[in-house]
Amino acid sequence: MNITQIIFWILSVVALFSALMVITARNPVYSVLWLIATFFSISGHYILLNAQFLAIVNIIVYAGAIMVLFLFVIMLMNLNKESEPRKHRLLKLAGAVSGGSLLLVLVAALRDTDLKHEHALVNEGNIGLIQNLGKELFSTYTVPFEISSVLFLSAMVGAVVIGKKE
Amino acid sequence: MWSFSGISNSIHEWLSQTFNPTLTIIIEMVIAGVAVIGLFAGLGLVLVIMERKVSAWMQIRLGPNRVGPKGMFQSLADTLKLLVKEGLTPTGADKLLFNLAPFIAMIVAMLLMAPIAFAKDFQLWDLNIGVLYVSAISSMMVISILMAGWASNNKYSLMGAMRSGAQIVSYELSAGLSVLSIVVLTGSLRVSDIIQSQADGWWIFKGHIPAVIAFVTFIIAVTAETNRAPFDLAEAESELTAGFHTEYSGMKFALFFLAEYVNVFIVCAIGATLFLGGWMPFHIGHWAGFNHVMDYIPSSLWFFGKTFFLIFVIMWFRWTFPRLRIDQLLNLEWKYLLPISMVNLLLVTAMAILKWHF
Amino acid sequence: MIHLLQTGLNSADSGSFLPVAVQFIIATGLVAFLMFVTHMLGPKRKTTDKLQNFSSGIETHGDARQPMAIKYFLTAILFVLFDVEVIFFYPYAVNFKVLGWNGFWAVMLFVGFFLCGFIYILKKGALKWEE
Repeated sequence: MNITQIIFWILSVVALFSALMVITARNPVYSVLWLIATFFSISGHYILLNAQFLAIVNIIVYAGAIMVLFLFVIMLMNLNKESEPRKHRLLKLAGAVSGGSLLLVLVAALRDTDLKHEHALVNEGNIGLIQNLGKELFSTYTVPFEISSVLFLSAMVGAVVIGKKE
Repeated sequence: MWSFSGISNSIHEWLSQTFNPTLTIIIEMVIAGVAVIGLFAGLGLVLVIMERKVSAWMQIRLGPNRVGPKGMFQSLADTLKLLVKEGLTPTGADKLLFNLAPFIAMIVAMLLMAPIAFAKDFQLWDLNIGVLYVSAISSMMVISILMAGWASNNKYSLMGAMRSGAQIVSYELSAGLSVLSIVVLTGSLRVSDIIQSQADGWWIFKGHIPAVIAFVTFIIAVTAETNRAPFDLAEAESELTAGFHTEYSGMKFALFFLAEYVNVFIVCAIGATLFLGGWMPFHIGHWAGFNHVMDYIPSSLWFFGKTFFLIFVIMWFRWTFPRLRIDQLLNLEWKYLLPISMVNLLLVTAMAILKWHF
Repeated sequence: MIHLLQTGLNSADSGSFLPVAVQFIIATGLVAFLMFVTHMLGPKRKTTDKLQNFSSGIETHGDARQPMAIKYFLTAILFVLFDVEVIFFYPYAVNFKVLGWNGFWAVMLFVGFFLCGFIYILKKGALKWEE
């Protein structure tokens, strides 16, 4: 076992453990903080795959921006024990069914993939470096890039409509 | 000639002769870590006394003048006092998060130190996406502030944390955009490349008016990001006591305090690196003779000179402008700075494509 | 110290992140050590009054964790959107010389959409703090 493998296992264990803590933590603020830990360990995985730009962007966008938004929302609402909405049994059942079907789809998808012939490029390959990524993004994928800005536009409109509702 | 890179080279040579390669790297990393800790402590002491002296000078008073010659050891005495203070955790607080928050603030500040070039060939970590790394790690600062504010279970703290969070995230945008305008001019995110590209003049001079606009935006944005006056709503003493760290005492408070000052240093160092050439001496185009004379001044002196000049400017702001209201603050960012810096970035890009800069 | 830390490390591979890992460990160790030492050094005389939340001398009323103004939420969500926009600029800024005017117009279009959204936000008064 070389050093990369050891780091990989440590990161995986941390990622899985903190992901589990996200759903088991009682306090929503703790859940968010564990989610941040998960994102950091996933960024570690990206670094092992030599996708440095993705690793950093993962931290900026997910851990730095979206998690801050989550923290804001949780602190805005400040759910106390009394004000926490009662969960219907039917709602729980629906949650279990939808979660279970997602799991089913994931397992089916994983079964179909041919894992034996796929090798992750560890410590090599340079598509994850910012120069190459930028070239791809602005030449091959210009149209999806422009469409994503339309998506942002719709997100802005949505946020304003929801936020400004009297 | 005496220089930082000379010292680090001789240490490296001595270590690699004495130990095997792996051990050498490990020892060097530990030395680097200890050096950063030392720099941290030194910066904390220097910046606190500097702030008090600058404010005293601006208000025509003496400032601290009892401990040591001209009060120079005042911050040392304060540190000692804070070390032996009782660290309280209020009963209503969330114990774990309350203690974790200063931890994170401090670790973020220490990690930010890594890609800064202090002198020629003297840099902890020259990453190929150095500038991006800085903005990634500094965005973690918000989390520690929100955590502190929420965990304290104090109304002042929570209000301060919310204000501070909204403020930091807003101003992060224009800070990022003005950093990007220099990245566009350089075409690289690596700190050493950015400095090297200023060998024939600093970007603030080479980049015409857009670079100056970017510089001004950057200074305003980082002043807000580090929660300093006139943007210190998060800890507006007259209304929120001390904002998000109202409940903190002893070492935990000291850690927040230290992290704040070190962050000021770091943003000023980044500003000096991007716009004022970092350790690069003052060079003018192809005036070889003049450039050669300037090279005689050590690079570390250039770096610290520029950085402390920017720190002085930020301190100057504090004692010159009155505090903004939260709505004025957010208006300033969203209605003025953000559109200006965005258009400015496009302007810089067009300029760079047309090769109009020097 | 560039020579100190980067011996045998190519800075474009993942090994170049080792220094920051070490830095992280040292930082954590130092802060933990400081907290522990001051915990040992400082006095520990706890009284119920002392451990109460500070509210400038008057009695604390209710829980501090109460719902806050929605304005903060709007600021945060707009920040997320614009932050992603800023991130998209980074790969462009590194490559714009190769991409030339084609890339520039692509980015202009992208920014144009954002500016439309921005004008919408301003017109709707989403950033107005006072009603």
